[in-house]
Amino acid sequence: MFSLGLIGLLVRRDLILVLMSLEVMLNAAGLAFVVAGSRWQQADGQIVFLFVLTMAAAEVSVGLALVLQLYHQFKTLDADALSEMRG
Amino acid sequence: MFTVYYREVVVEVAFYIAGAVAIIATGLMLKDLNVVHALLYLIVSLLAVAIVFYVIGAPFVAALEVIIYAGAIMVLFVFVVMMLNLGDSAVAMEKGWLTPKSWTGPTVLAGVLLCEVAYLVVRGGGAQMGIGMVSPKQVGIILFGPYLIGVELASMLLLAGLVGAYHLGVRTTPKAEIRHARDTYTRRATPSGDLVLAGTDRPPRTP
Repeated sequence: MFSLGLIGLLVRRDLILVLMSLEVMLNAAGLAFVVAGSRWQQADGQIVFLFVLTMAAAEVSVGLALVLQLYHQFKTLDADALSEMRG
Repeated sequence: MFTVYYREVVVEVAFYIAGAVAIIATGLMLKDLNVVHALLYLIVSLLAVAIVFYVIGAPFVAALEVIIYAGAIMVLFVFVVMMLNLGDSAVAMEKGWLTPKSWTGPTVLAGVLLCEVAYLVVRGGGAQMGIGMVSPKQVGIILFGPYLIGVELASMLLLAGLVGAYHLGVRTTPKAEIRHARDTYTRRATPSGDLVLAGTDRPPRTP
């Protein structure tokens, strides 16, 4: 599932799809933590999943606010069309 | 002895079915060109992962996955998609989206998950595989014991996310309003005058 999220991040050019792929990747990492914690009978894996969940919530709120601002500025969500931000 | 073995096999089958549904839904999400359909598949994928959590003996995390991931975060995505789609063609797009082809895929996958959950609930008993289960009590004790500093850091991260999202999401004041306010201020009548002569400060209009 992590690799599926990575593929989505690389392949798709819609910014919302890219954010969703990021969610899939975070979720896959959390799944690995919980499975490992369950395998060795430790609760630490679930703790780390809680932190991943918190970080995902903060990240997605800021990311979606950025997406809204970008849409108001450029009227598009195509990541290729937005690639003019060069140094 | 036989019943215990049967139970483990059933739970293992449930685990693999939920994992397969999660992977299939994620793959279909990547394939779908429509953002809303991709969102539906992503929600199904998250629900499947929640069932995987439940089956491997982490019910607390399974509940959090449903409530926060499939609930709150996906609602954020839906809000943004709906905000971006405001337009004249919205009604036509709605009509195009409600074709049977669009909702059969997520419905079938969600139906599989629903059957699985119904079976696990009706069958009763702990739904863990051969490995034991980590209860919410253990998680809470450890979370507010050695990991207390992590909880504080998470709260600060959430506050930073809130402030950052507000700062990025707020619209800047349109320039016309600022100009209008300034003009109104300069055009205000002098305190010594009796009448307010509207428009006398403007230059004569040239045709």
